[in-house]
Amino acid sequence: MVSYIDKIKEISKQLLEEGRVEMVIGFRKGTVPMMNEPYFAKTPEAVEHFVWDSNCGINLCNYLTNRTEKIGIVAKGCDSRNIVTHIIENKIKRDQLVIIGVPCKGMIDRRKISAMFEAEIGEVIEDGNTITVKGADFEETIDKKDVLQQNCAVCIHRNPVIHDELVADPIQEQTDVDRYADVREIEALSPQEKAAYFEKLLEPCIRCYACRNACPLCYCPTCFTDESRPQWVGKGQDPTDVSTFHFLRAYHCAGRCTDCGACERSCPVGINMRVFTKKLEKDCLELFGWEAGLDPDVRPPLDTYKPGDPDDFIK
Amino acid sequence: MGIEPGRLQFSWVSSAESTKFVQVVTEVTQAIKALGPNKTLVKTMPEVA
Repeated sequence: MVSYIDKIKEISKQLLEEGRVEMVIGFRKGTVPMMNEPYFAKTPEAVEHFVWDSNCGINLCNYLTNRTEKIGIVAKGCDSRNIVTHIIENKIKRDQLVIIGVPCKGMIDRRKISAMFEAEIGEVIEDGNTITVKGADFEETIDKKDVLQQNCAVCIHRNPVIHDELVADPIQEQTDVDRYADVREIEALSPQEKAAYFEKLLEPCIRCYACRNACPLCYCPTCFTDESRPQWVGKGQDPTDVSTFHFLRAYHCAGRCTDCGACERSCPVGINMRVFTKKLEKDCLELFGWEAGLDPDVRPPLDTYKPGDPDDFIK
Repeated sequence: MGIEPGRLQFSWVSSAESTKFVQVVTEVTQAIKALGPNKTLVKTMPEVA
């Protein structure tokens, strides 16, 4: 990790000194453990704030939408795929960007760690594949793979798909993971069971829209949830409105979502709304052989027509 | 999404195929009547102002 950080600082510093970019977007240490925050370095001196560890789960591509200046951006695998999606959707131009690729070893789920300890966690130190959690009167070492974010555990695109610089050699991609086990479980339920499952899943939702705001795909100037004329969806806590919001948001991400996990990570009540986007991701893969954000020159299935497109659902 | 499969149907009917349109509508209405009233995604809380 230290070598990653040094390299990120070195590349960023050079970019800013040479004036190739106006700012570099990366991470700095957060004010509480396991919560690194986005940081925008605009001077060569500011790059000293940059860090990199397994708490950089936020998707930095979110900060690129409609920017006009030249930007350097630190990107792990999923971020890079969202950058590709942004380029396809004309939200940023490729030549505006200097992408500092980071081969990603997975991000840790702070909720899993918090749930393991009753006392308050004061410090979390990472060393390769182990994580040491320190509190006022305890210290324990755990295995990193036990506390990975679920989307990272099943990720098959850890290396950036698009980059100008790379902070380390590409790492081995995972090949023996079952990416859609959870989706298949839900698919096997009856309609009534599904309805009950989703209602229970979304029960704690407070409609704060953190999932939408953290998502790099959710860049509409006026989101359908905010619109009042016409009002597509009610703004209250009614279970129907809550599920309508989540279903619709997921559909807006169809064929675009890279399963970066920013939505679930940002949720203050810990809802796994990724089950919806993952189902659509699985459908896109099965029906169109499509995975989002792998190539800026290929149009996504939802904006192209092919005579062989599946149409079994039309009777 | 927890909706019974029979409640949702997609069809392709040309503007020249009026009889097909009638047929599809009749079939869909019958299928939905057989399923009874929809119970999922129905608002339960009272409307406020």
